[in-house]
Amino acid sequence: MTALLITVFAPLTGALILPLVRSLRLAGWLNLGFCATSLAGSVWLALQIMDAGELTGNGFHIDAFNIYLVVLTAFVGLTTAIFSRPYMTHICREGRVSARRMRLYHSMFQGFMFTMLLALTTNNLGVLWVAVEGATLATVLLVSLYRTPESVEAAWKYFILCGVGIALALFGTVLVYFAAQQALTDSSEGLRWTTLYAEAGRLHPMVMAIAFVFLLVGYGTKVGLVPLHHWLPDAHSEGPTPISALLSGLLLNVALYAVVRFKMLVDGALAATDKAAIAGHLMMGFGLLSFLVAGLFLYRQRDIKRMFGYSSIEHMGLMTFAFGLGGPLATFAGLLHMLVHSLTKSAIFITVGHATHIAGTQSIDHIRGLIRTQPAVGWGLLLGVVAIAGFPPFGIFTSEFLLLMATMQRWPWLTMILVLGLVMAFAGLFRHLHPMVYGKIPEGQQPVTANMLPVMLHLGLVFCLGIAIPAFLARWLDQATFLISGSHLL
Amino acid sequence: MNLTHLTLLEQAVFVLAALVLFLSFSLLAQARLLAGIHIFAWQGGVLALATGLIAATSDEPHLFISAALTFGLKALTIPWMLHRLVRRLELERHADPLQHPALVMMAGAALVIFSYWVVAPIEQLELAGIRNILSISLAVVLLGLLIMVTRRQAVTQVIGFMSMENGLFLAAVAATQGMPLVVELGIAFDVLVAAVLFGVFFLHISESIDSLNVDRLNRLSTREDDGA
Repeated sequence: MTALLITVFAPLTGALILPLVRSLRLAGWLNLGFCATSLAGSVWLALQIMDAGELTGNGFHIDAFNIYLVVLTAFVGLTTAIFSRPYMTHICREGRVSARRMRLYHSMFQGFMFTMLLALTTNNLGVLWVAVEGATLATVLLVSLYRTPESVEAAWKYFILCGVGIALALFGTVLVYFAAQQALTDSSEGLRWTTLYAEAGRLHPMVMAIAFVFLLVGYGTKVGLVPLHHWLPDAHSEGPTPISALLSGLLLNVALYAVVRFKMLVDGALAATDKAAIAGHLMMGFGLLSFLVAGLFLYRQRDIKRMFGYSSIEHMGLMTFAFGLGGPLATFAGLLHMLVHSLTKSAIFITVGHATHIAGTQSIDHIRGLIRTQPAVGWGLLLGVVAIAGFPPFGIFTSEFLLLMATMQRWPWLTMILVLGLVMAFAGLFRHLHPMVYGKIPEGQQPVTANMLPVMLHLGLVFCLGIAIPAFLARWLDQATFLISGSHLL
Repeated sequence: MNLTHLTLLEQAVFVLAALVLFLSFSLLAQARLLAGIHIFAWQGGVLALATGLIAATSDEPHLFISAALTFGLKALTIPWMLHRLVRRLELERHADPLQHPALVMMAGAALVIFSYWVVAPIEQLELAGIRNILSISLAVVLLGLLIMVTRRQAVTQVIGFMSMENGLFLAAVAATQGMPLVVELGIAFDVLVAAVLFGVFFLHISESIDSLNVDRLNRLSTREDDGA
C-alpha cells in the first residue's frame, strides 16, 4: 500500500509545492524529481503485484489490467518531464510565457499526473469520474498557456466539449449506481468496482444498457471518438508540446480504460439476455468510424502537431474497435496497442517539439531537411512515424497484426476495411513526412540542443516489444485479457 | 403511477422537480444575461430545497450536507461570480436573443418527450416515481445542451453547462438518494473549479477577440478548411 501511496500522491505533493517555487531552474528539476519518485513507487508496486496478483483496499484496486497502465503513465510522465525541462526553459526565454505562468505550468503538470494516476488506481466509479474531470480542469489552462487567440479558442473548445461529454458520463454513472442499489443489499457498496464486477449478473440489464450509451459517449469524448473529436487536434496543436505528448500518450488511454471497465460490468449484466454483445457492437461502430475518418483527415493537415493529433484519434479508434470486438485475441491486441501507441506517440511529440524548435514553425510546409540539419531529430521523426504506421519490427505491427487476425476470425469482411484504413493512414503520414525529413534545407537553419534520450528510450522499448514481449508483461496482459474477455489467450 | 399513494413530502419533491424543468425552459427562452443568471440561481435554490426534502423523507443525513453545498454553490457562489464578471466586462445590458424562438422551444419540448421515451424501459422495475424524476433530470441535462448549442454568448453557454450539472444532481439525489459523500464532495469541488476557470476564460476570450461572442472563435476551424 505504501508503494501505491507514493505513486499516486507524489504528484499531488508536487502540484501543491511547485506554485511556491520561484526559480525556474529549480522548478524544472523538482518537476522531474516528483515524476521520478512516482515512477519508483509504481515499479515497487508492480513488483508487489507480481507476487500478490492483485491488491484491494482503502478505496484502491490494482489488478493486471491497470498495473501496467500505472507504470506506463508514470514512465511517460518522467520522460516527458525530462524533455519539458530544457524545452520550456527555452520557451520561457523566448518570452512566450512569463515566469509566473511557468509556475502554473509545473503545478498543473503534476496535478494532471495525479488525476490520471488516481483515475487508474481507484476502485470507486464516482472517484474515477471526479479524477477524469479533474484531468480536464488541470489541462485546460495548459492548452491556453501561450494565450494566443488560437490557443484560447482551442482551450475553450476543449473545456466545453469535454465538460459536456463528461457530464453525460456522470449521468451514466448515476444510472449504474441506481442499478446497483436495486441489486445489492448494501447500497453503500454501489460504486465499488470490485463489488459490481462480482455481482454484475444481478444488475438490471436494461438500465445498464442505457447507462453504457451515456458512458460511451461521455468518456468517448475524451478518447477522441468521431464525431466528438473536434477538441483533440486543436488542443494538441495549440498547447505546449510536452502537454501534447501527455494528452496523446496518457489521457486518451485513461479515458479508454474507463470505458473498458464499464464495458466489463455491462457485459456481465447483459450476458443472460438476447442482446449480450450490444456494448461491444457500439464500441466497434464508433471505433471503426473514428479510425476511418481520422485516417482521411491526415491528408489535409498543414500543422504537424494537428496531424499527429489526428493520428492519435485513428489509433484510439483502432483500440476501441479491438475492445469492442471482444474475445481473447482482440482484447490482448487492444491492451498491447494501448502500451505501444502511448510510447510511440509521446516519443513522436517530443521529436516534433525539437523539430518545430529547429524550423521555428509548426507548419508542415516550412519544416524541411531535418535529417541533414540535425540527424538525431530527423531520424527520430522518421523512425517514430515508421513505428506508428505499423511497420515491423516495431510493437505496433504486432498489435495491429493480432487485431487483424482476430477480425479475420470473427468478422472476415471487416478485415478489408481495416487494411484499407491502415494503408490510407500510412500514405497520409508519409506524404507529409518525406519532405520534412529529406527536403531541401531552408537557409540559415541551425541545429538546436536536443536531448533525444527519452525518444531513444521509448522507441527502443517499442522495438523490443515488437521482437519479444517479456514474460512478466505477457502474463499481465494475459490476466487482463482474462478479466475483460473471460478467457485466457496464452 | 398513483400520486395519492405518496406522502405529501414526496409529492412536494415531484412538484419541485417539475419546477426545475420549468426553470430550464425559462433559461432557454431568456435573452438577457442578468435575468438568465437570476433564473439559474433560482434553479439552484429549488434543487437545494428538493434535496433537503428528500433528506427529510429518507434516512440519509449526509443529504443535508449536499443540500447545503448545492445551495451555497449553485444558488449563491456561482451566480454571484457570474454576476460580478458580467458587471466587470460591462455586459449588463447585453442580450443574446434566440434566432428562432418558436423552433427552439418546440425542440425543447421534443427533448422532454425523448427523455421519457429513453427512460421508459425502466418501468419494469415498477418504480414509477423514480422513473419520472429520472426522465425530468435527463430532460434538464438535454435542455442544458440545447441552451449551449443555440446561444452565441460565452456567459449563456456557461449557464447552460451549469444547468446541465443541476440536472445530473437531481438524478443523483432523486434516484439514488445521493452519491456517496466522497464522490459528492469531489463533484462539488470540480464544479467550483470549473466555474472559476470559466471566469478566467471570459477574461482571456474578451481580451483576444474583444467580445464574448463565441461565434468569432473560428480561427482554428477556418485553418482546417484551407488545409486541402
